[in-house]
Amino acid sequence: MTAEVTTPRARSPLHHRAHLLAAADVEGPRGVRLRELPCAAQVTLRLDPSSPAAARVAGALGLPALPVEPGGVRTAAGATERTVLWLGPDEWLVVGPEGDAPAIEAVVRDALGDGHGAVVDVSANRTTLEISGPCAREVLEKGCSLDLHPRAFGPGRCAQTLLARAAVILRQIDTGPTYHLLVRGSFAPYLADWLLDAMTEFRSPEVPR
Amino acid sequence: MLLIPCPWCGDRDETEFGYGGQAHVPYPEAPETLTDAEWAEYLFVRDNPEGPFTEQWVHTAGCRRWFTLVRDTTCNDILAVHRTGTTNPVHP
Repeated sequence: MTAEVTTPRARSPLHHRAHLLAAADVEGPRGVRLRELPCAAQVTLRLDPSSPAAARVAGALGLPALPVEPGGVRTAAGATERTVLWLGPDEWLVVGPEGDAPAIEAVVRDALGDGHGAVVDVSANRTTLEISGPCAREVLEKGCSLDLHPRAFGPGRCAQTLLARAAVILRQIDTGPTYHLLVRGSFAPYLADWLLDAMTEFRSPEVPR
Repeated sequence: MLLIPCPWCGDRDETEFGYGGQAHVPYPEAPETLTDAEWAEYLFVRDNPEGPFTEQWVHTAGCRRWFTLVRDTTCNDILAVHRTGTTNPVHP
């Protein structure tokens, strides 16, 4: 009996729901669209923001400084787009394209040097859901207690919160609006199903008040 | 439902937080000298004031930081919020 040799491949948590997400698109003024952006590189970074290492790490990522304001987001211009999200006063998440995690980890570890800190590849922890369209905010508001109105939240901001009781990192990308939801792989099918259900009503015309 | 001002993230729903009980309970200076009753008192017995009460909370679903908060137990008004290790109130 010979063992079959297979090449390990990353399979995203919502691989089996891709057709359901695509079929749920709502067009028009009450439009909303849900997609999975699978396998983004994610690296957790913990260090003291006032230490010299913080400045070195920011520089290595192509940023003038790490975001220190709660909910801050910085995107580095470069060959590969890398974004740093504020997760806590001494904690950040570096997000990059698929396969970039080893390179991010190497760059950050090199910059950290002897400095006190932690750099961990957590790419397998979460997947990314992208929800966009004129009614995307209304869909999220059905399950999120955060104020997502433009007066309180907008592009270039992120927040860790609960959406339909699932812990997510919520990030607004543009004013379309487009949001990215980073959610744990084991919660992703539940959250996708919840979002698909929450999107259903937008297929019908708005009920007059 | 409380609207709790996390000293880092701002106003958030109570469901995002975990409760940590009374704040600033000092660890006994010489725990090995305590009687069982004194040790039990340290472990389990807490103040139960009518009025302002300083307590610990953790923003579990957000920044995951512990902080202290002064809450009036008669009306649930939140009177002050402090980042752990600081004494200056924070109003994010």
